Amino acid sequence: MKQALPILAVLAVLLAAIAVANPFFLEPAGFLAFLKRAAPLVILAAGQYFVIVSGEFDLSVGSLVTAEVVIAARLIDGDESATWPVLALLLVIGLFVGLVNGVVTTKLRVPSFIVTLGMLLVLSGAVFLWTGGAPRGALSESFRTFGRGGIGPLPWSVLILLAVGAAVIVLMRADFGKTLIATGDNERAAALSGVRVDRARIVAFMLSGLAAAVAAILLGGFAGVSAQAGQGLEFSAITAVVLGGVVLGGGRGSVPAAMAGAFTLEALFTLLNLYGISGALEFTVQGVIIIAAVAAGAIRLPRKFTPRRGDAHAAS
Amino acid sequence: MNLLVRVRRPAPRGEAKGGLAARLREPTQVVFLALLGLIAVGWALVSLHGDQFLTMESVVGIQQRSAALGIVAIGQTLAILAGSLDLSVAYLISLASLVAAETMAGQDGNIVPAVAATLAVCALVGLVNGLVITRLHVHAFIATLGVALIIKGIVDHLYDGPAGKVPESFQLLGYSRIGPIPVSAMLWAGVAVVAWFLLSRTRLGYRIHAVGGNVEVARLSGIRTGRVIVITHVLCSVCAGIAGLLLAGRLGAGAPTVGTDGGYDLESIAAVVLGGTALAGGKGGVAGTVGGVLLLAVLDTIFNQLEVNSFAKDVVRGVVIVTAVAVYARRGTRRSV
Repeated sequence: MKQALPILAVLAVLLAAIAVANPFFLEPAGFLAFLKRAAPLVILAAGQYFVIVSGEFDLSVGSLVTAEVVIAARLIDGDESATWPVLALLLVIGLFVGLVNGVVTTKLRVPSFIVTLGMLLVLSGAVFLWTGGAPRGALSESFRTFGRGGIGPLPWSVLILLAVGAAVIVLMRADFGKTLIATGDNERAAALSGVRVDRARIVAFMLSGLAAAVAAILLGGFAGVSAQAGQGLEFSAITAVVLGGVVLGGGRGSVPAAMAGAFTLEALFTLLNLYGISGALEFTVQGVIIIAAVAAGAIRLPRKFTPRRGDAHAAS
Repeated sequence: MNLLVRVRRPAPRGEAKGGLAARLREPTQVVFLALLGLIAVGWALVSLHGDQFLTMESVVGIQQRSAALGIVAIGQTLAILAGSLDLSVAYLISLASLVAAETMAGQDGNIVPAVAATLAVCALVGLVNGLVITRLHVHAFIATLGVALIIKGIVDHLYDGPAGKVPESFQLLGYSRIGPIPVSAMLWAGVAVVAWFLLSRTRLGYRIHAVGGNVEVARLSGIRTGRVIVITHVLCSVCAGIAGLLLAGRLGAGAPTVGTDGGYDLESIAAVVLGGTALAGGKGGVAGTVGGVLLLAVLDTIFNQLEVNSFAKDVVRGVVIVTAVAVYARRGTRRSV
């Protein structure tokens, strides 16, 4: 938890700034709306965290989200009865894509940057080859409930987000989390002390794929079907994870911090909108803030001996 | 100095025969074998389809299609060899095309200042990339992604569509050719030769390899590693600027989406890796990158001649890139991350 403190401080400042500009934000409805909007990115960031902390990248999540949404629309095609089988299928596809990413990365020893870049091309090509260039069909109402509806005042997506958050924290406290961090920190040392390095990484990729599937279900419900559903999400997710203080290259950082990073990014978008910074310049501000935040993180920790300290965290 | 380069080679087999023999066994050369194989397969497929492969038209097409990507990829090679990478090139190309076209404003007399201004802007962006990475200790992935967002914001804010005008004489750069060789391909070849000379015949080239191979060892042996990384980023951005000029010449104007439409950021990295350069840095070279770019262009041409759906093209392209790198990984002994 200690690792999440700096990003939580930044998040608190941003949330306060939003509240000042828009008092509605302090009411439960306003805050829940924010959580609902942030849920897909936070879930994606949690998935990406597993991959990054094990020392790899997953660039395929954005196109995976698009592919899942398009597949769901084509298969369901407005038919309510198809909702549950298709939901199950989407989760399986997510796991399978992660499995392929993981196996090619570990067994064929291809850098994950390239594997997932290839997967990005394959997924976006294949899914539009199948639908003939544009999304077809429609989502059913019960499918869209996950992204739009809720139980009373509580949106489903917030409940799903809480469940995912609890699950990943438990997972990272279990043996799996410890072995994953050890793998990312020093692959050889981990292997010598009996960690099944390849398996840990494959599971990390599968979790990322699963997270993308869940995010796609929420996004499909929230925003509807489009060919750009997941555009740029891979970079947003990686940025969020890095904002949370997780180090590219692996072995350091915590999952609550990564998820807080995603909330921070979403809060930043909200704030920029509120202050009326025009659509395009938003990117510029975002770029400056990302560089500044990561640079500030790098200055705070002296570089040379931090990996050792990371060891201590992983072991404790 | 050669020692520094050889440290990371898989096996010291070629040492006795000198640099060239050793270099021929590098995975950077495998890509040319793959290229020949692909041309053979393509020739067979296209003939079966009842067409003629490698006509004058398609050879010129291959060269023109690959020139811009080729120039960017050569810059990207320098950055990747030094253990870095540059995700900002796509937006920088758009920016460069706009700066060039706006400064030229259709006047022949403005060509020289416009080229100078474009390259200066690009060099400045490269300098920022390099300094953020080395001075602020931001990972290259995040640093160049951040700079890409900054450029995207500025370009999108200022421009909605094509702007500026490129005079006729400069448009010659885009389309004219001497015999079967387009001027743009010659420009690409020129950039490649300069980069090859830089990497294999100068002190800076050895330093780039050394820094990419092991930055700590390079630092301890007295190389100013930060400076080397900054220089590679400046050169990478200048290459993107040249590509932007070329594309401005081809379009006759600057366009805010010309870089991203071409997907030059990820595509150039893919071409570099396809050419056998290790993503972790220190291993590889310009020749492989040229091969990688040509491979992608020949693949494109075959698909066009067979009239295959463009989405299928993406699928095959993804599979080819991953397969190629898997083959290189089998040949090498070390795993690159």
